[in-house]
Amino acid sequence: MHGRLKVKTSEEQAEAKRLEREQKLKLYQSATQAIFQKRQAGELDESVLELTSQILGANPDFATLWNCRREVLQQLEAQKSPEELAALVKAELVFLESCLRVNPKSYGTWHHRCWLLGRLPEPNWARELELCARFLEVDERNFHCWDYRRFVAAQAAVPPAEELAFTDSLITRNFSNYSSWHYRSCLLPQLHPQPDSSPQGRLPEDVLLKELELVQNAFFTDPNDQSAWFYHRWLLGRADPQDALRCLHVSRDEACVTISFSRPLLVGSGTETLLLVADQSPLIVEWRTPDGRNRPSHVWCSQLCDLPAASLSDQLPQHTFRVIWTAGDAQKECVLLKGRREAWCRDSATDEQLFRCELSVEKSTVLQSELKSCKELQELEPENKWCLLTIILLMRALDPLLYEKETLQYFQTLKAVDPMRAAYLDDLRSKFLLENSVLKMEYAEVRVLHLAHKDLTVLCHLEQLLLVTHLDLSHNRLRTLPPALAALRCLQVLQASDNSIESLDGVANLPQLQELSLCNNRLQQPAALQSLASCPRLALLDLQGNPLCQEGGILDHLAKLLPSVRSILT
Amino acid sequence: MADNLPTEFDVVIIGTGLPESILAAACSRSGHRVLHVDSRSYYGGNWASFSFSGLLSWLKEYQQNGDTEEETAAAWQDLIHETEEAIALCKKDETIQHTEVFCYASQNSGDSVHEIGALQKNASSVASSTFTEPLPSAELPEERHSYVTNNEMPAKHASESDSKISVEEGDVEESPEKEKYCGDKTCIHPGSDGDKVENKPIVDDDNNQLKRNVITYHQMVQESRRFNIDLVSKLLYSQGSLIDLLIKSNVSHYAEFKNVTRILAFREGKVEQVPCSRADVFNSKELTMVEKRVLMKFLTFCLDYEQHPGEYQDFQQCLFSEFLKTKKLTPNLQHFILHSIAMTSESSCTTLDGLKATKNFLQCLGRFGNTPFLFPLYGQGEIPQCFCRMCAVFGGIYCLRHTIQCLVVDKESRRCKAVIDRFGQRINADYFIVEDSYLNKETCSDVQYKQISRAVLITDQSILKADSDQQISILIVPPVEPGASSVRVIELCSSTMTCMKDTYLVHLTCESSKTAREDLESVVKKLFTPLTETEVDKEELRKPSLLWALYFNMRDSSGVSRSSYCGLPCNVYVCSGPDSGLGSEHAVKLAETMFQEIFPSEEFCPPPPNPEDIIFDGDDKQADAPGTHTTTVANLESPEESKKLESPLQS
Repeated sequence: MHGRLKVKTSEEQAEAKRLEREQKLKLYQSATQAIFQKRQAGELDESVLELTSQILGANPDFATLWNCRREVLQQLEAQKSPEELAALVKAELVFLESCLRVNPKSYGTWHHRCWLLGRLPEPNWARELELCARFLEVDERNFHCWDYRRFVAAQAAVPPAEELAFTDSLITRNFSNYSSWHYRSCLLPQLHPQPDSSPQGRLPEDVLLKELELVQNAFFTDPNDQSAWFYHRWLLGRADPQDALRCLHVSRDEACVTISFSRPLLVGSGTETLLLVADQSPLIVEWRTPDGRNRPSHVWCSQLCDLPAASLSDQLPQHTFRVIWTAGDAQKECVLLKGRREAWCRDSATDEQLFRCELSVEKSTVLQSELKSCKELQELEPENKWCLLTIILLMRALDPLLYEKETLQYFQTLKAVDPMRAAYLDDLRSKFLLENSVLKMEYAEVRVLHLAHKDLTVLCHLEQLLLVTHLDLSHNRLRTLPPALAALRCLQVLQASDNSIESLDGVANLPQLQELSLCNNRLQQPAALQSLASCPRLALLDLQGNPLCQEGGILDHLAKLLPSVRSILT
Repeated sequence: MADNLPTEFDVVIIGTGLPESILAAACSRSGHRVLHVDSRSYYGGNWASFSFSGLLSWLKEYQQNGDTEEETAAAWQDLIHETEEAIALCKKDETIQHTEVFCYASQNSGDSVHEIGALQKNASSVASSTFTEPLPSAELPEERHSYVTNNEMPAKHASESDSKISVEEGDVEESPEKEKYCGDKTCIHPGSDGDKVENKPIVDDDNNQLKRNVITYHQMVQESRRFNIDLVSKLLYSQGSLIDLLIKSNVSHYAEFKNVTRILAFREGKVEQVPCSRADVFNSKELTMVEKRVLMKFLTFCLDYEQHPGEYQDFQQCLFSEFLKTKKLTPNLQHFILHSIAMTSESSCTTLDGLKATKNFLQCLGRFGNTPFLFPLYGQGEIPQCFCRMCAVFGGIYCLRHTIQCLVVDKESRRCKAVIDRFGQRINADYFIVEDSYLNKETCSDVQYKQISRAVLITDQSILKADSDQQISILIVPPVEPGASSVRVIELCSSTMTCMKDTYLVHLTCESSKTAREDLESVVKKLFTPLTETEVDKEELRKPSLLWALYFNMRDSSGVSRSSYCGLPCNVYVCSGPDSGLGSEHAVKLAETMFQEIFPSEEFCPPPPNPEDIIFDGDDKQADAPGTHTTTVANLESPEESKKLESPLQS
């Protein structure tokens, strides 16, 4: 018919498309081949730039070709005049931009841009910032671009206040932007440096309150958005405490000195890091970890019998022991009196120092008001896991013992609404309960720790229990006694009946352990008891109600395995 | 030229309003021969937009409508065969009533008023590009008639011309005092406060306390072409059927849009911004934390309310406003949801309808921006023109100022066979689509119409000041008495290309119960002060000043069913004028249903083919030669290039 539009049929369209693709593939393959040949022949000239740009323009993720380009550019740098070079760089920047438009999340492209900008004598940083802003406008969560922006801001020394304003504008648009919140957490401490005395990384209260309000707006608007909660946690979290020497313990019987640090540290042999002075004279001792592995550890002991007899002799009225920690510029001293078998010196325990709480700031009023608004939110959103968890953390930071009961209730609710993380929550709960028990023990100034019937699933903070002599872990849900238990240098009696214990790795090298009850656990093989042989004073072992008791000849087997144990109940 | 008009068509469409224009595009796109005519000199009918002086001329036309002399029309009686009868079409448009104009801006001006680059109503001036005579076109001499063939597309927007063409003084400055057009008679009456405008020296005040630049009437006339004043005030729902149609049919390429920037509410005598998106709620300084949560929670629930029947099923028969009260929402939140988000009536909307409306609003959020609405640059009147252009691209023929005198009906088959135009030309077609304002009194004798009350205001500042003065806002003012209709206010800034710099164009719309002024004046008084009463010393607190105001009633025929028209042949289809709703869903649905009735087996406005896939298949032998089609590849996006596509088809 005259003058009518005719349109290709879908078969014709498909055929045309297929031919086009075939053509493309041919070009792609031949160009790749040509590049590799030239590279092998060392012909790094502008033609390689041209060839690679054809391929990278379509597929910017071809990392080898970016390397090729860098080689060519380095080569050309030596050959070209400054004007020619400037033109080359300009073209390269334009090309990079076009590649980023093809794929704004190409590692290779962003890396190449960093490399190029780093080599320029006078890079135009303002233009780069503008570029970042453009790309973040398209996708405010493009972390490649965020990385590049931080690089540019650092290179160009952009004032943190300007960058903070930039994060403001992005958060205003869409607050589900972890990168923006994170960038704030880097910028704010730079903007508000604190005097040396206060903990590092903290913010002045007025700034803190403003940030808290901002982040509250976010989680009241959408409590399921986790980026805001993470930022909230950072705001209320406290920086790492200063490393400290916590405790020094001297045992006359073991002829051994034990110390504990506030965090796992590595102590070299010799005197460089840790110096022991006994009665004013320095002693050469070899420091070891209780498990013998000498990895970074909270607890370090001098080798048994390292101490010369003279320094422990019971003839003198007293011996003074001093440990000097040169790296941490700290020392501890204790006096072993005549007739005593041990002596120690330790920091008085307070919750803040003892445990690094997840949340804690100087002002409890701030925490109180945060707790209040979180409870308000929880009333509206009884099933929000982030809110429940934050309430628990706030209560811990405020007063762990006062809120203990309430905390446990919240844990129950939280587990019900977030069953996927039940195991994590059990472990967290165990940790908090253990911390509370340790605190109570410290306040009571006893060396006996009762942890029975607490539904514990995991043991932690064992390094705090250096001086404990009696530990009751019965009726919990423990599946193992972990290696960290070896830190309990004074432990004499360990009750761990009615758990689900399968392995005893941690019950090793306990110098003072005499009694161990493990009734109603899940010990299957006598071999699991192997480590007990390393406890020299173990005399009483109760294994009743374990699967291994069913085995024939078990008593003989055990007598052979643990010859020094006086009484074994099966 | 008229002799050249072909006499055989598949579809003749009379009237260029939105539904007719969509139908024209759809029919033409499907390959049918379309003749699209309008007796008016501009595109769009009651959907049109006007420059400021164009609007004044339009008003004048309605004022003179009654006394218009009968045009010298060719006799048509001879053209009717014995087996046929004629249904005459109406020549007088009666859809606009109660026009009233108030001017508060100073009309003091020693100079005569000139309109810069004055051309007539954009579309028509281009359509009849050889004529630059001013509107009104009531007494058009014969030679003024022109029609656009398909290589003269309706222009998207007339280009600015540097030449100054003076408008006859009488045209726009008939009276220095306020003008009032009451129905068909002009009555001049003093300002509402009894003062004459001249007695209030505002601009020429020597000890001028005003820091701002006060716009005068003559500036508005001078800058007339900066205005694109819509007769109907509508927005596009970003997930609505009109947007879908624009995108699907590629017609969207002919227009540009801006996102509405703010949803406002009027509560306790104050205008405030309604937080409706997630970002709005987060950034709001007015809401408390708890309010933020409660609001977000309710809105999230509305997004998939069908999934939570337990939440609302006990309230299904209740009013939505009662249901909201049970949701712990504070009074301000209830107001926001009821009036600004669901945009429903407090006293009649059921819970289910309210939830549906809220969901619709929320689903439209975020597609193009932080509010659910789009506004077309250069005014709502662009949209029908865009569809007309699509129709022309596919071969439709356009004639403005082309009156159709009658429909010719075959007595036996009761089908319409042809129309006869004012030149006495008989044009045959299979289907006829007529905008209802063209139907004569006898045909419409049983029809009951509703009315829409409209006000158009030009003001000097926004009803809610913000950091940026370029805001597009929508505000729903609930009725004072329950049961009355709420008033929809849409405020446009100059960057929408609908008003001059430093002014705002405000549209008010509601369903009529009385005349437009009686319906709307109370809301206008709440939000604005006439410029003449503005207190100069309270710059910070003052309400925006009114510079100019127009009230009119427009007939709403959207509810009229086909069966209420008497004696229409079955192949004559009737399109209604604009409805009072915010979106254009009614017009789109009307066009689609009608198209499917006429051509049941054809797709409605399918996407145009990819230019690369078009093969030119003309009569000439070259068509078979390989590679020929590459020369005929045309880009349908711009009219210039689409000419390339069309010109060979002319031969």
